[in-house]
Amino acid sequence: MTAAKQGRAKAPARRDENRDPVSLLRRMWVIRAFEEKVSALYAAREIVGLLHLGIGQEAVAVGVCGMLDADDLVYGGHRSHGHAIAKGADLNRLMAELAGRATGYCRGKGGSMHVVAAETGFVTASGVVGGTVPLALGAAFAAREKGVGRVAVVFFGDGAGQTGPFHESLNIASLWGLPVIFVCENNGYAEFTPLSAHTKVERLARHAETYGIPSATVDGNDILAVRKAMGRAVDNARAGKGPTFVECLTYRLRGHYEGDPGKYRELSQLADWKKKDPIARFTRVLKRRRAASAKDFEEAEGDARALVEAAAEFALASPWPEPEETGTQVWA
Amino acid sequence: MAELSYLEAIRSGLLAEMREDPSVYVFGEDVALGGPFGVTQGIAEELGGHRVVNTPISEGTVMGVAIGAALSGLRPVVEIMFVDFITLAMDQLVNHAAKLHYMSGGQLKVPLTVRVQCGVQGNMGAHHSQSLESWFLHVPGLKVVMPSNPADAESLMRNAIRDDNPVLFIEHRALYFSRAEVPEGGSGLAMDRASVLRPGTDVTVAALSKMVQPALEAAEALAGEGVSAEVIDLRCLVPLDIDTLVESVRKTSRLIVVHEAVEQGGIGAEVAALVQERALYYLDSPILRVAAPNAPVPCAPPLETFFVPDKERIMEAVRRSLASQPA
Repeated sequence: MTAAKQGRAKAPARRDENRDPVSLLRRMWVIRAFEEKVSALYAAREIVGLLHLGIGQEAVAVGVCGMLDADDLVYGGHRSHGHAIAKGADLNRLMAELAGRATGYCRGKGGSMHVVAAETGFVTASGVVGGTVPLALGAAFAAREKGVGRVAVVFFGDGAGQTGPFHESLNIASLWGLPVIFVCENNGYAEFTPLSAHTKVERLARHAETYGIPSATVDGNDILAVRKAMGRAVDNARAGKGPTFVECLTYRLRGHYEGDPGKYRELSQLADWKKKDPIARFTRVLKRRRAASAKDFEEAEGDARALVEAAAEFALASPWPEPEETGTQVWA
Repeated sequence: MAELSYLEAIRSGLLAEMREDPSVYVFGEDVALGGPFGVTQGIAEELGGHRVVNTPISEGTVMGVAIGAALSGLRPVVEIMFVDFITLAMDQLVNHAAKLHYMSGGQLKVPLTVRVQCGVQGNMGAHHSQSLESWFLHVPGLKVVMPSNPADAESLMRNAIRDDNPVLFIEHRALYFSRAEVPEGGSGLAMDRASVLRPGTDVTVAALSKMVQPALEAAEALAGEGVSAEVIDLRCLVPLDIDTLVESVRKTSRLIVVHEAVEQGGIGAEVAALVQERALYYLDSPILRVAAPNAPVPCAPPLETFFVPDKERIMEAVRRSLASQPA
């Protein structure tokens, strides 16, 4: 399996290549398998640090990035392993980064919350909630000035919706008509607190309305719904019609961070959302439509786990960075 | 060679880079109209409004927009109208601009220039008069320059824009209309070099930005008292040209550091630490700081005047230094 050797999930170069629904399922499985492996490695103390997993939110990452071209730019947040993978990040280098190895994307200097996979168009994650929202505007501004027809996408959670720069960014994106797409992963919790305790605005897309930005609130665990909303958003951005706000209602099936006991959530709520698992759900859709064979389903998961195992092996066999590297690359 | 004001020299450097490099863009409040002091006056008319982008009063986001544009290959110059308002953009500057090259293992670079003006002038009070440069010394990944004269202003501006790192370019409002001869292309001095403005043998006075002028005046007056003071303009705080300072102190054995920022945690403390590490046994007296009192900037004229270090305070420090002998 060449893909396994390269450690790369089959990422689409152009959105047209991505119409094969099985490939969508395969990519969601890669993210799921990757993060489950990360969780296991964290429990085994093979990976350290502050890890935020997006298990349960894979349909947003794959649904959004699947509608983008290879040179479109994506900005993430603190929970962004899936976004990077969906944009085409190499699993080996990503896993090595989380494991702090010299072969990682950032030579171990970034870590989980600061992943950069520049060659794929995944520009950066960030440890500051809402911090990348303005950056994506800058990417969109530059794209428009260069006339390259590129769009910029930024992922953020419902917690970012209460930050100042979020509101400033909606205002400026609208004012300047920038080709940027705001993707809100509304998973109902900002860290340990439900959205209802942070704001009276239950649907963050309402903020977009205030600033004159077209918006859609979709079921973020339905990959087809995400793709549909994104398709319109991307078309508008490329046509010079400005920004769109896509709010994806979803749920993280793990804690805020690995090790979070999650006592702030009812078990029944977790069980309800497990029933809406985006991967199982899309599998059912494909079965119903007879769009894939039993072998396809089996391989989607099996291949993903094999890729991820290979990535973990690569990462853990990789050398640590030399201590002297601490002081390098401070200056460009 | 032309006589330019400090403000015109900044514009001249900016405009020269914008003419040469179409990826240089200006962002800021009112910049298309020239800004409150006129630094960007006429640029939009010459190069097109799209290169000089007026922004809402959203400092944090505007800084982020500029960083994102820099990551995408532009060379943005962001104007924050008063350094006091940079507080609103600290997250983007400190957590993204300064760190993305490092955190990405060298994959990204942020060729960003941040123009701000600082300092006391015009009884504007504590929210429009501060000198905050030393905050940024504590953030590896940010360069900090503070020109004291038109020739340096022009060349430091050009250097800052060409630099592949984020550079904080701190202007002093009270210098905007001071005039001096500016050679073609500015002073020509590299960004990381301090400049010895007046050679001397008895004491070194290191100053920056607007404090360079009273330091020179103090040196002139001290010459009348038979004291030979060497005056060094630091010009660039990060990277700091410590070699030039150490060389001077090894010669004079005495050092006074002068800044308009408050004394506590200022550049004077950093200079003192670095110089004693490399030249302690050359020193004949303690390194002294002449700085603003540890208080917010007051508004009333007599308070504001007292707040800012002047020629007399520098002379007094020099005398104190000379009076102090090793045991």
